[in-house]
Amino acid sequence: MAVTAVSGSVARPTPRLRRMEDERWLAFALLVPTAVLLGLFIAYPFVEGVLLSLNSTRVGIKGEFVGLKNFDKVWNDSIFRTAVWNTFWYTGVTTVFKLALGLWLAILLNRHFRGKALVRAFILLPFIIPTVLSTFAWKWMFDPTFSVINWTLFQLGFITQRINWLGDPDLAMTSIIIVNVWRGVPFFAISLLAGLQTISPELQEAAAIDGARPWQRFWHVTWPLLLPVTMVVVLFSVIQTFADFQLVYVMTGGGPANATHLFATYAYQLGIGTGLLSEGAAVSLAMFPFLFLIVVVQLLYIRRVETR
Amino acid sequence: MIEGAAWRKWVFYNIPLILFVFVLLFPFYWMIITTFRPDGELYRPWNAANYQPFWTNNPTFDHILYLFEETSFGRWMLNTMFIAAVSTVISLFCGVLAGYALARLNFPFAGGLGTVIFVTYLVPQTLLFIPLAEIIRNFQLGDTPWSLILTYPTFLIPFCTWLMMGYFKAIPKELEECARIDGASRWKAMVYIILPVAVPGILSAGIFAFTLSWNEFIYALVFLSSPDQKTVPVGVTSELIRGDVFFWGPLMAGALLGSIPVAIVYSFFVEHYVSGLTGSVKG
Repeated sequence: MAVTAVSGSVARPTPRLRRMEDERWLAFALLVPTAVLLGLFIAYPFVEGVLLSLNSTRVGIKGEFVGLKNFDKVWNDSIFRTAVWNTFWYTGVTTVFKLALGLWLAILLNRHFRGKALVRAFILLPFIIPTVLSTFAWKWMFDPTFSVINWTLFQLGFITQRINWLGDPDLAMTSIIIVNVWRGVPFFAISLLAGLQTISPELQEAAAIDGARPWQRFWHVTWPLLLPVTMVVVLFSVIQTFADFQLVYVMTGGGPANATHLFATYAYQLGIGTGLLSEGAAVSLAMFPFLFLIVVVQLLYIRRVETR
Repeated sequence: MIEGAAWRKWVFYNIPLILFVFVLLFPFYWMIITTFRPDGELYRPWNAANYQPFWTNNPTFDHILYLFEETSFGRWMLNTMFIAAVSTVISLFCGVLAGYALARLNFPFAGGLGTVIFVTYLVPQTLLFIPLAEIIRNFQLGDTPWSLILTYPTFLIPFCTWLMMGYFKAIPKELEECARIDGASRWKAMVYIILPVAVPGILSAGIFAFTLSWNEFIYALVFLSSPDQKTVPVGVTSELIRGDVFFWGPLMAGALLGSIPVAIVYSFFVEHYVSGLTGSVKG
């Protein structure tokens, strides 16, 4: 297409080229590749997923229509209920910590000091390095017998018994939360830093001259101006965390005794692990209402900011 | 900004910052040190006497050799690189065109389409992986790199489109109009005038997309099955754990080597990466 359009324009415009001059046709042509790929691998699987969740397919066995039976079964499944609770707890706790620590780190970085560019580059590493690979480093650090964290705490005299980080249900969830916060803080910090840098220092100075204390300056000047960026960062992170899979899969695989499953890991265990494709698809789709709600909130918020 | 004595600067800025950097980077140090430690030192209980975990006097390349001799690690690296590169190119192509159309052309439903693309940007892979696995099988793509090359764009294109829209919107309309008055067609104006100006944006989107596809896990885990087809994250997970036994030395070596390509790409283009990251948030 590109070749014909460019070489054809030397002489008289061809009919195709004239059509390209019409914005609607050009827009249509430019959007086709995107529409095809997204339609084929997002819209189509979505429809397929809904159908799958309404019948009784297993691996190798074509199912028949069973209505909402899968959802009913899943709803009465105690592991699913644990997974729902875990997902909300995981998302809520990690988001609070990521925001607080990320903001703190952003403020620490928002000034001039030697080696700032280097520090900033290194700080983003947890976010860049493939999650699965860095999570293995954490799993090794949390190893029941060879844990370096236990070793340090033991040497410092805080513990005499080993801490079984990933073997105890509550501790396992806490360990997973720690790793997620570790991975997410750089993203929050760098995004919020970009937000902080758009705030003119003159506003701070003006507030300081008016006698505002540092805390007041932050709360009444910086925070309101940072809020739009904060909202977007938080909502992005909430969606990612809510639908997280790899971190839990590597750290505990949903264990011990199914205590740390999230929606996604439980869907994987049911659908791929045991081959109950329809039930797995139902668990996956159960995320949809919540994700939908989050996206609607985000869109409404963006619209409000844009029209203001 | 900083007032008061030097000790305050240390207490409120430098020490917290040093702690942050230490905690954020320690797992990588641990990865590196484990890679080069002999097994005899690795598997010593945490409360053993005169055990020093943070250093080794007998560095070894055994774990790295094991990786290349006993597993298909080299293949995994090539697979991952190929898949990440091709899906990035496809996504950039689609994203640049779509971003241009949505940002600079007037056509019906432009706003609605922009919203749809933004929404697909937020669809997590974990929502659709089971039906998608069925579709991939029906298309006869299972266990081939193409199963990933064609599905990764579903989360890369929306991101690229969104980022490019921001870039295209920032380029003044007059630039294009001048070219049009001089007789350039719309297509030519786009290719020769607007795209060159948007190169930094394309670079940011490309680097970001590359790291995202290197990082992807669940599709690769579900769609690929034979050891030779796997990507690094999946290969390391499935081939270096046998039952309950973790081969920690090779595992950490694999994690380290598997991170290096991303780290290299990142180190060359930190500024572009950061602007891609913050651009994606600001929209």
